Amino acid sequence: MHIEANDLDRLARLARLALTADERSALVSSLDDALSMVSALREVDVNGITPMAHPHDATLRLRADEVTETDRQSALERIAPQMQGGLYLVPKVIE
Amino acid sequence: MSSDWQAVIGLEVHVQLSTQSKIFSGAATAYGAEPNTQVSFVDAGLPGTLPVANRGAIERAIQFGMAIGAEIAPLSVFARKNYFYPDLPKGYQISQYELPIVVGGSLTTRLDDGREFTVPITRAHLEEDAGKSLHDAFHAATGVDLNRAGTPLLEVVTEPAMHSPEEAVACMKSLHRLVRWLGICDGNMQEGSFRCDANVSVRRRGTEKLGTRAEIKNVNSFRFVEKAIAYEIERQIRAIENGETIVQETRLYDAAANRTRTMRSKEDALDYRYFPDPDLPPLVLVEADFARARSTMPELPDARRGRFVQQLGLTEYDADKLTEERALSDYFEAMLIALPSQTKLCANWVLGELASALNTDQLDIGHSRVDAAALAQLLARVVDSTISGKIAKDVFAAMWAGEGSADAVIDARGLRQITDDGALTAAIDAVVAQFPEQVAKFKAGDEKIFQFLIGQLMKATKGKANPAQLNALLKQRL
Amino acid sequence: MSGLRFADIDGWRAALATDRAAALAEAVRMATASQTELNALITPAPITPIADHVGSGIGDLAGIPYAHKDLFCSEGVRATAGSRMLAEFISPYDATVSARLNAAGAVCIGKANMDEFAMGSSNENSAFGPVRNPWNVERVPGGSSGGSAALVAAGVVPFATGSDTGGSVRQPAAFCGVTGFKPTYGRVSRYGMIAFASSLDQAGVIARHARDCAQVLNVLAGFDPKDATSVERPTEDFVAACARGVRGMRIGVAKELYSAGVRSEVAECTRRALTELEQAGAVLVDIQLPRLPLSVPAYYVIAPAEASSNLARYDGVRYGHRAEHARDLNDLYSRSRSEGFGDEVKRRILVGTFVLSAGYYDAYYLRAQRIRRLIAEDFARAFAKVDVIAGPTTPDVAFTLGEKSNDPLAMYAADINTVAVNLAGLPAMSLPCGFVDDLPVGLQLIGPAWGETQLFAAGHGYQQISDWHQKTPRVLS
Ligand SMILES: [Mg+2]
Ligand SMILES: [Zn+2]
Repeated sequence: MHIEANDLDRLARLARLALTADERSALVSSLDDALSMVSALREVDVNGITPMAHPHDATLRLRADEVTETDRQSALERIAPQMQGGLYLVPKVIE
Repeated sequence: MSSDWQAVIGLEVHVQLSTQSKIFSGAATAYGAEPNTQVSFVDAGLPGTLPVANRGAIERAIQFGMAIGAEIAPLSVFARKNYFYPDLPKGYQISQYELPIVVGGSLTTRLDDGREFTVPITRAHLEEDAGKSLHDAFHAATGVDLNRAGTPLLEVVTEPAMHSPEEAVACMKSLHRLVRWLGICDGNMQEGSFRCDANVSVRRRGTEKLGTRAEIKNVNSFRFVEKAIAYEIERQIRAIENGETIVQETRLYDAAANRTRTMRSKEDALDYRYFPDPDLPPLVLVEADFARARSTMPELPDARRGRFVQQLGLTEYDADKLTEERALSDYFEAMLIALPSQTKLCANWVLGELASALNTDQLDIGHSRVDAAALAQLLARVVDSTISGKIAKDVFAAMWAGEGSADAVIDARGLRQITDDGALTAAIDAVVAQFPEQVAKFKAGDEKIFQFLIGQLMKATKGKANPAQLNALLKQRL
Repeated sequence: MSGLRFADIDGWRAALATDRAAALAEAVRMATASQTELNALITPAPITPIADHVGSGIGDLAGIPYAHKDLFCSEGVRATAGSRMLAEFISPYDATVSARLNAAGAVCIGKANMDEFAMGSSNENSAFGPVRNPWNVERVPGGSSGGSAALVAAGVVPFATGSDTGGSVRQPAAFCGVTGFKPTYGRVSRYGMIAFASSLDQAGVIARHARDCAQVLNVLAGFDPKDATSVERPTEDFVAACARGVRGMRIGVAKELYSAGVRSEVAECTRRALTELEQAGAVLVDIQLPRLPLSVPAYYVIAPAEASSNLARYDGVRYGHRAEHARDLNDLYSRSRSEGFGDEVKRRILVGTFVLSAGYYDAYYLRAQRIRRLIAEDFARAFAKVDVIAGPTTPDVAFTLGEKSNDPLAMYAADINTVAVNLAGLPAMSLPCGFVDDLPVGLQLIGPAWGETQLFAAGHGYQQISDWHQKTPRVLS
């Protein structure tokens, strides 16, 4: 797998990153390097091996269905870039 | 629909689970709070916060799976569905993807014409809801309320096994009835507790291959779902017949215009990059979890309906009506504690007098002004001939108006039936004396006059005469 | 009061008992004074007024000053994660680690500098400028917990918090000549620790002495209902474990930890340390970790994948940096994120996005998770034969600032001896064991899952027979 400029653009769109021209050319090559480094994985025989997503093969712990939280609106407002009438504001979205 | 075409419809229904707290945080789930007042730091996706799963949501999913005869996965996995949207605080939705908690099962539905059909269920998975984007609250901005973010949802996915809007709606209704019956969802469609997406495609009749489907999103009433699907089927047929190709897309239903339209914001070809959520190890269920779910599971509607017919001797029709809603059916059964042998009488009253009183006052059964024990007491007075069935209706109206128990109303209004032969004979004497002409006509063979005389007697006794007894005495007298 | 430079926790206790106010004032003065030379603090100020601590003396770490990696949230205090994205983020809540340190009476004298979102091994990826290595200010302190390691090495604080996703506690500890301890995954709560890669992240401690790490871990360790990956276990006394000694302990030596990339002088230092441990009664056993070489590629798939998702929440909507005059929603997202994140973070987000994307998921992400299991199995097999595994923490000593900043791959390759531990979720520590080019060398000890007590026995045992951890740099004079 080689990363080309259009692959990078697709990834940047998915990740919502706006890249400058300089960043793009540097990233094309460093991403390509990174991916060729990790492609060592492709030569390993992993047949029948279960993927390990969590250390120690942990299982999920559940909590009781209880309301333990209170209204945090003012704390959230204090750190919000833009809030009005208790609502977060973003540029208008048209559905 | 032209008979050349067959519609193929599958449903995806988001059932909001009726937990107190959110699926991954301890924030409340109550509807209608001020914006962003039911948002914990976890729900807002603050740096460093972590999800912890709610047992209540998982138990409800298990109960749903049991109720539809599905396999409950002994191991299921919460994954992250990655995409950016203002009402999605973490930039991903936690949802089950490859390994959902409920696999398979089916839902049996009865159409209005009595025909039964079974829709296979593909899966049902747990996930968190997003917040709400309010596009009309501000002139140049969209407002975001995260109160709903993190509310537990069970997304039920059916096989594409329906072929008409009517079938789709019937299936949705029986799902709606089931989740309310189980008590795992309040079913309130206006508040978004039960949201339907329909995948619609059309193909030429007799062909196997499915057509390209459009997904109609979030239609919030059964009537609109039916109209939206009907519109979409027609639109697709028209498009294909005009030589256009159907594109796979998400469409919104515009109820005012009764049409569907492309949803613009999701045009991008999406790549959700699902992967197992590293914050949430796999959900492993053991027998104790199943036992716990089973122990709080109500008798299922079909089982109860069958029992009503076979053991209680109700008609199919009455049994159907009585099992439409669990609370109604529980009410009926509670009456039988006092009146175990009066199944038909109780059924008639619940479906008749009680249902119409509830309907008039726009109340649900949970808020009935007369409870099951009180109604049973009233009917006991009919059974023991204290009052007639006709008087009972007046007594019920008085009870509904808050005048007290059946016995209190009967006593206060002096409504006890007259069963004393002497009193009845005296009344007969008076009426016979008052209407000599009619008595003569009857004796001459005009049988219809008998009912006239009974009517006069009822009037004279203010309806309190025991009808059977009165009949016998009058016949004897004439 | 200058006698408090390089004091250990017990030394601080003694000074606090004599004159609490003076000792605390000295802690703050030293921290402030270190800034010009080291730049080890992002927020060089106590998180609660020092005056609040003067009167009280309750808790296992009462009055003990420490530096808190700026990845941990503390209520009312800025938590930047070394990023422009969070340059003005004031946390409205306490991380569990912060709450436990507060409850123990420890006094935070400032938030420590770090690589942005803990991504890096040199501390050059901080939006707040690089940290300097106290042994040679032209050198990097390592990363990502570089500020924490530098402050401990410079003798400013007796301990500092860190986080370790692929070596971020152990590697800077090695570069700065101090002791760094990374517990078993699940031992210390991750709640309130800003996430890099959730299945690998684990909070840790840096101190000059293994025994001080144990004192702090006694406070930090424990079940937390707010973290679904936190594990419920009986409490253990890690300080008591220090006294067990190394006699009879089986120490595994794997040739894979001495790969071609390991500089011979560095290897030599660690071999000498192993000989000394053997002389003290430990038994050296040859073991194999055949899949260790795969740990770097597996790590550089899994960590970026998780990071790409973990960092999606930084979108300029609810907190953090928000671009001005956005044309539309996507413009707001893209510019907020591009302005807020540095180069290395962007690179890893893009790699992570790639390995999870349609068509590549199986070949990269899923495959890496399979190899992760093979690596964990290598360790499990080894730990059937030994109590701990030993080797060099890093292939080389601290490099010069700027030397590798344009060569991310060289930087990644140097993580070869540390990342496997995170993939397997094991506890490990780095101990000073010598000098090469007048720069410290780290000896890494790895334990089996939940084997912290063995590690402390070995680590403290080694520090009883060596004095590398007592050496002090000539900085801040
Ligand atoms: Mg769906
Ligand atoms: Zn869904």
